[in-house]
Amino acid sequence: MIVESSHLAKPFLLAAEGLNKSFDGFKAINDLNFYLDEGELRTVIGPNGAGKTTFLDLITGRTQPDQGTLVWDDAKHDLLKLNEYEIYRLGIGRKFQTPTVYNDHTVTENLILSLAGSRGIWHSLFGKVTPAQRERIAEILATIKLTNQAYRKAGELAHGQKQWLEIGMLLAQEARLLLVDEPAAGMTDEETYRTGELLLSLAGKHTIVVIEHDMTFVRQISQGRKVTVLHQGHVLCEGPVDQVQADERVIEVYLGRKSKVA
Amino acid sequence: MTKQPFTGRLHTPLLIALAVILVVVIPLLNSLGIISNFTLGNWGKYLCYGILAISIDLLWGYTGLLCLGQALFFTLGGYMMGMHLMRMIGGDGVPTFLSMVGRTEWPSFFLPFSSFPFALLMMVVVPGMLAYVFGYLAFRSRIKGVYFSILTQALTYGAALLFFRNELLMGGNNGFTDFRTLLGFSLREDSTKRWLYIATALLLVLVVWGCKWLTHSRFGLIQRAIRDSENRVLFSGYATANFKLFIFVISAVIASLAGALFVPQVGIINPSEMDTSKSLEAVVWVALGGRGTIVGPVIGAISVNALKSWASVGATADFWPLMLGGAFVLVVLFMPKGMVGLPAQIQGYITRVSRNKSAAESPSSEPTPEATKP
Repeated sequence: MIVESSHLAKPFLLAAEGLNKSFDGFKAINDLNFYLDEGELRTVIGPNGAGKTTFLDLITGRTQPDQGTLVWDDAKHDLLKLNEYEIYRLGIGRKFQTPTVYNDHTVTENLILSLAGSRGIWHSLFGKVTPAQRERIAEILATIKLTNQAYRKAGELAHGQKQWLEIGMLLAQEARLLLVDEPAAGMTDEETYRTGELLLSLAGKHTIVVIEHDMTFVRQISQGRKVTVLHQGHVLCEGPVDQVQADERVIEVYLGRKSKVA
Repeated sequence: MTKQPFTGRLHTPLLIALAVILVVVIPLLNSLGIISNFTLGNWGKYLCYGILAISIDLLWGYTGLLCLGQALFFTLGGYMMGMHLMRMIGGDGVPTFLSMVGRTEWPSFFLPFSSFPFALLMMVVVPGMLAYVFGYLAFRSRIKGVYFSILTQALTYGAALLFFRNELLMGGNNGFTDFRTLLGFSLREDSTKRWLYIATALLLVLVVWGCKWLTHSRFGLIQRAIRDSENRVLFSGYATANFKLFIFVISAVIASLAGALFVPQVGIINPSEMDTSKSLEAVVWVALGGRGTIVGPVIGAISVNALKSWASVGATADFWPLMLGGAFVLVVLFMPKGMVGLPAQIQGYITRVSRNKSAAESPSSEPTPEATKP
């Protein structure tokens, strides 16, 4: 099941090279190189301020880098030339660090807005939700365990449920790449575990990048897959979680300062 | 699962009843002499303001765009109608506002306004185009929040300064007045006034119905999503700028049509209608009536203006701005949903009180669910 990526054999889904981004002199991203294969479940860890969220901002078009390249799908698309919604339409979906759902809409409406399909004004006026789409929504609701909350306002959900709803919104979109920023933040241990199970069940069908702090969670979902350690906007090392945790430099900059290490 | 996939109900029977009262019953009572011409004339104005208020709420309540320039679009519609009415006065020579600046002939841009269909087209095109160009620039540059409000207000102020100039050949500070006929009917006739009222009431019903439909479509969902979390909408693949532009243009056209019907009923249009305070006052109607609803702004517009007609004569006249300002502060502080939200608010309060009472009487009973009303 676990496919070791062989970088030279096949084209990358996402490739970042020589990325640099600074904010008022602070180098958030420093000469970053990052390659992702189709179907990977990659975990990105790193201390606070390592540039993890900024990296996602660069991929999704929220911020522009000072230098570097960022290409998608075997370099068919230059992500730096596209804006947020154009990047989304390539199949790159993002879950934000703090759950970002439409609080005043019901859970179902949140999913309807995220369904793959036309994003035009005409369609929004006259397009109907098809039976197939309804089925898909029911399926997603079951996956994210919110079937019973389908008609509640998203704002009334518990924190963990909102996180799941946002993941469900990425599923509705049928994204090729899911960028998941700290899905376990603010969750109980049990919720965290279930979130891990959810992400594992999606692995293979989607390419997933998970940013996380919680090492128990990282161990649960990485299962020998590649983990990338970011430090000061730069990739410090990559490899299976055991190897990464044994790495001297990683212990020095990150794990050594964290009591969470398992 | 019902056919209507989105939240909210249309309250159709109630709305139809109100529509019949406004469009049929009131004019009928007027023709029988039970409702005076003066009252009917006032209601015609109130309903125009009601339509204007809806156009503000489409932007503010539903999309989160507080536009402080809706009076501009309202006035532009009025001017388009005014140009037609001026051409219809007839007689020799040109009106005073032209002879005053030494003109002996109508400027060429006035000529096609002799045609009512052309004037009607311009009521849609001129404000629509202005909204399109302004909105395109503003939304493309991602101007939002208070900056958008300030810009719309500045635009209105600029337009007012322009219209005050006689050189624009649009009547200067006197504007257009002394209208005689519309579509061949004398504007002094009671029956013409009644038909103008009916047209206004019909337009209001159409606008309410259209906006209900719009806000219940998927477009409405996106609109409210933009209001609550525009970034999320952007990262869900929607070009939010296009959606905002669309609703901005629609709402400008609605305001313009209301202004066009307003002018023949009051008999005058001048740049003071573009005054900053006019746009702000209209925002107050929306807040008082109930933001984020379709009927609320209409109720707000009618009640504030009815109150104004009553209060701004005699001893209370000096206090009217204070009363309006005070009401605004009270509503913002205590009635977030405005007048239309009041019944639900009172009901919520009563259930909370009775629940607390029963909880106090039998402390062992079930814990009360949290009453978290934002």
